[in-house]
Amino acid sequence: MRVGDRIFGLVTIVVALGYILSATNIQTSFMSDPVGSKTFPYIIGAVAAFCGLIMLILPDADPEWPSLAGILNLMIALGALVGYAYALKPLGFIGPTTVVSAILSYQIAPNLARAILTGVGLAVGLFFLFYYGLGLTNIDPFPKALLG
Amino acid sequence: MEILSNLALGFSIALTPFTLTLAVLGCFLGTIIGALPGLGPSNGVAILIPLTFTFGLDATSALVLLTSVYYGAMYGGRISSILLNIPGDEPALMTCLDGYPMARNGRPGDALVISGVASFVGALLATIGLMILAPLLARVAYLFGPAEYFALYLLAFSTLGGIASNNQAKAALASCIGLGIAMIGLDNSTGMPRFTGGNLHLMDGVDFLVAIVGLFAITEVFFFIESHGKGSAIGIKLDKVTIPWREIWSTRWTMLRSSLLGFVAGILPGAGASLGSFLTYMMEKSIAGEKGGFGTGVAKGVAAPEAGNNAAAGGALVPMLTLGVPGSGTTAVLLAVLMTLNITPGPTLFADRPDVVWGLIASLLIANFVLLAMNVPMVKVFVRILSVPPWILMPGVTMVSFVGIYSLTGSYFDLLLMVAFGALGYSLRKLDIPTVPIILGILLGNAMEDNLRRAMVLSGGDWTYLFSSAISNGLWLAAVLGFVAPLFLRRFIKKPQAVTD
Repeated sequence: MRVGDRIFGLVTIVVALGYILSATNIQTSFMSDPVGSKTFPYIIGAVAAFCGLIMLILPDADPEWPSLAGILNLMIALGALVGYAYALKPLGFIGPTTVVSAILSYQIAPNLARAILTGVGLAVGLFFLFYYGLGLTNIDPFPKALLG
Repeated sequence: MEILSNLALGFSIALTPFTLTLAVLGCFLGTIIGALPGLGPSNGVAILIPLTFTFGLDATSALVLLTSVYYGAMYGGRISSILLNIPGDEPALMTCLDGYPMARNGRPGDALVISGVASFVGALLATIGLMILAPLLARVAYLFGPAEYFALYLLAFSTLGGIASNNQAKAALASCIGLGIAMIGLDNSTGMPRFTGGNLHLMDGVDFLVAIVGLFAITEVFFFIESHGKGSAIGIKLDKVTIPWREIWSTRWTMLRSSLLGFVAGILPGAGASLGSFLTYMMEKSIAGEKGGFGTGVAKGVAAPEAGNNAAAGGALVPMLTLGVPGSGTTAVLLAVLMTLNITPGPTLFADRPDVVWGLIASLLIANFVLLAMNVPMVKVFVRILSVPPWILMPGVTMVSFVGIYSLTGSYFDLLLMVAFGALGYSLRKLDIPTVPIILGILLGNAMEDNLRRAMVLSGGDWTYLFSSAISNGLWLAAVLGFVAPLFLRRFIKKPQAVTD
């Protein structure tokens, strides 16, 4: 089966055409040069679409995809990281870091007690390292609301 | 004796206590980063970049710290290759072939010492080569106009795609992804937004540090989760470390040859250290012939790839400093640092900021001796660090990446973008699409477009201007050859693949 490359090639072609289409809408200004703002994006889009076409026609053998459970695991990790990105500012450093490191640790080696210890250890240890050791004072340890 | 006076200037900067401390610290961190499986020179340097800025280091100091990390990681990569049969990073792949058998034969200490000395020889000779060649090349680079630079960038993309990957279409696609992302933001010439979708966060474009940390560090975390950190148990116990003088002496020609070949491989834009170690191993294997016993744990098989990849690491700095075109993934990351510090690499760097260039070169010379000391007598310290389990290491790497980027930009949007790049990097690497061209594309995209447009302004829109000089024609030819030739040579020269036990 050579599905991965075919699907990706198709996606590439669609995205590249979309890229070219959106390049036609770039506003030009009175200051213009012979090449203009649109030409280079057109070239990139065209080359990318061509590469996509080649992947579609001449696909490589598929890699070993993770199992369904593996994919679910990766989705959980992705979700945790996205959540962390949103939570870091409003909820402070310690709380979200503990939770997210524990989740990642558990996913690499499923051992609940060890994962929780890793989470707490990393959150506290890194906070001291960053805040006092490196002087990164734009991170708050706890939610702003709690500190008043 | 211009070189001597320049070196004197360099050492006057490098020997200040502060710079010296940074070099030693960089070597130490670098060796650890290189030794830990899953952390290579490029993602190691990438994670440290944001922290460098929050330290408020100036250009020379930042560069000294990060290149020491780079050199250190090249040394350190061999430790896990030899003891665990897991390359600490890609260039250390070839070291597994003879290093691990040698360790299994009960000589792990000898393997570490021989490879450490080979690393030293390779890196030292390459640094000297850099010292001699870079100023010469910088003089040639003055002849480069916009048309030549455009062709040069093209050459970097094509050799990176041609030599360092398995599939031309995929490498070219990766370059296009990077270039396409570079277009996001305000147009340099007209000031109008492109591809921002009205999103204010995207007006300044995508910060390449966000892309680098995402594609290297976060992607690695996903891979560890997929594999559950398997194969990271300690393999071989290291008891006593003695220095096998005679065996080191017997590899002297191997080391010299490999350093030279590795250095040349490093200079080629895009080829980098992995190619250097691969070519040198194959060269020494064919010179030694059947009787050489390569693959069974011989000293030459350990020395060749290590001298080669460390020499290539030094060689890769030549095009990066003189032309602003990185020769490998890690030098691309270093270029990002320079650009963020508002330093434009290229011929003018040598004329305007000799303190940066020569301070760096002098620090690299010092760093080499520090690394030799750390990697031969003190190697046991680093062996102990190998036992940090991945279930602590990888969450730690993630958190450092987040805080680093957050402290740099203070916006959750960049963190989301970083995670997105991590997910993208995972899918691309699964499909065997290289991610280094993406970084190169994001870094060079705007400069490439600007040079094209400037060339067209100069010529009044005449596209033949791109082929109007001998230098640019030569570069175009090399670019086409570099991209096409591997299609035919692939049967003979294959990109080093992961070794299976």
